[in-house]
Amino acid sequence: MDEILEILEENARISIEDLARLVKKSKREVEEAIKKYEKKGIIAKYKTIINKGRLKEETPVVALIEVRVTPQKDVGFDNIAQRIYRFSEVKSCYLLSGTYDLLLVVEGKDIQTVARFVSEKLAPLSSVKGTTTHFMLKKYKEDGVIFVKEEKNKRLTITY
Amino acid sequence: MISKRVEKIPPSGIREFFDLVLSKPNIISLGVGEPDFIAPWRVRERAITALEEGFTSYTSNKGLKILRRTIASYLKKKYGLSYNPENEILITVGVSQGLDLALRTIIDPQDKVVVVSPHYVAYPALVELNLGKVVFLETTSQEGFKVNSKELHRILKKEKPKAIILNYPSNPTGVTYSKEELKKIWSVLSKEDVVVISDEIYGEIVYREPHIPLASLKGAKSKVILLNGFSKGWAMTEFRIGYACGPKKIIEGMTKIHSFNMLCAPIISQIAGDEALKCRGEVDAMVKEYRRRRDFIVKELNRIGLATVKPEGAFYCFPSLKKYKMDSLEFAKRLLLEEKVAVVPGKAFGASYQGFIRISYANSLENLKEAIIRIERFLKNCGS
Repeated sequence: MDEILEILEENARISIEDLARLVKKSKREVEEAIKKYEKKGIIAKYKTIINKGRLKEETPVVALIEVRVTPQKDVGFDNIAQRIYRFSEVKSCYLLSGTYDLLLVVEGKDIQTVARFVSEKLAPLSSVKGTTTHFMLKKYKEDGVIFVKEEKNKRLTITY
Repeated sequence: MISKRVEKIPPSGIREFFDLVLSKPNIISLGVGEPDFIAPWRVRERAITALEEGFTSYTSNKGLKILRRTIASYLKKKYGLSYNPENEILITVGVSQGLDLALRTIIDPQDKVVVVSPHYVAYPALVELNLGKVVFLETTSQEGFKVNSKELHRILKKEKPKAIILNYPSNPTGVTYSKEELKKIWSVLSKEDVVVISDEIYGEIVYREPHIPLASLKGAKSKVILLNGFSKGWAMTEFRIGYACGPKKIIEGMTKIHSFNMLCAPIISQIAGDEALKCRGEVDAMVKEYRRRRDFIVKELNRIGLATVKPEGAFYCFPSLKKYKMDSLEFAKRLLLEEKVAVVPGKAFGASYQGFIRISYANSLENLKEAIIRIERFLKNCGS
């Protein structure tokens, strides 16, 4: 993977100046490369990982939902996947091998909201054969970031 | 109550400064002499399993045969070096112990030992503890902190030292040598009756050219003690595990002392070391990250007015304070108190290096960036 992407994947907010310095290219070259990646959809989105558990306010409920579906002639899983991932409640949608087909990450403000989504929107779809909903209890790590408090610095601050 | 030889060792002039740093929470420290990574997962996992399997006994004084064999084949494959694992390799408790053993084995009281400066703090102290006499060979920033062959020749002729300690890539400068440069140094050393102790602990962390062990040069093996280990390359500092390779007679002598004062290196660490040599990939990833930081910090230090020789290895650089006419200890103290950034005063690495500081970039880019902002602000205040 291009070094520019490696660095951006770790820190999307790095300045063009710093990025250019790190990859030893001109600012212009870096800007053009980024534009190209954005256009091609290689850079899909810039987002912030928020450790919502640390917020004082109520945190949304997250559920992982396994969905068994009937694939359709010619298009396989793509059409039914599309019908499902278009729901705004669905944050992520993956096709998996194994005992079920689609895995969804669904967010709602409380358990009732997620339950309603499943019973009123997802389950009634004709291609959906069945669902299993797992509510998330605790996030330890997300996108490479550890959410639970760990002692950061184990080294002495000054040594020869 | 205390022996003369111990009393004679001067207390480190910067101990007080170190205590000051250690008492301050929430500082950005560019003063750490070890990797900010942790040992590769495979190494940690192997150590845990070894403990579960009940490996809690002594090993042979020389160290586990399997580790000595792995080291031999690693050195052969990587550098073309041939050491017999039976009698030319000794597993030590880090390079520090290896160095002490080497000095004890080869020097008698009053024997002279050349130490290339700026130097790692332990070298002169260990020479003196072994009743040897230190002769400093000082390198200059003008010459990129590299050994000047003519000066080396002059000192060898004049002082007739028993041994010389080389260290490359160097702590504190990060400077290392190309094959051509090493050949030049070796052509001077080879003509004299001197044992070379080559501390190559940072040999895994090089940026431009592959590391060349001195012992791999033609004819060098019979006069060189190669010291290496896992602390820096594999981020395994607290496993305290290293090795010494050299001529059979010297290794035998070192093993004799080792068998009385250490018995053997800890078995868990030895097993972990064996595993480390099988996972080079993680070392490469760390080196890639160090290089990124090196490029950043050296360019920035030069930009803000601290002239810095570009290091080609280790994770240190050694900027000059010349422009600011400040003593390195005073500089470090004020920088710590005013901007909460810790660096090590150059004085620690030799009396002639008052005008330098050691910066360790074994720290996150984010911290390095913030440190540069603070140092730049500090320098502006100093200037006005």
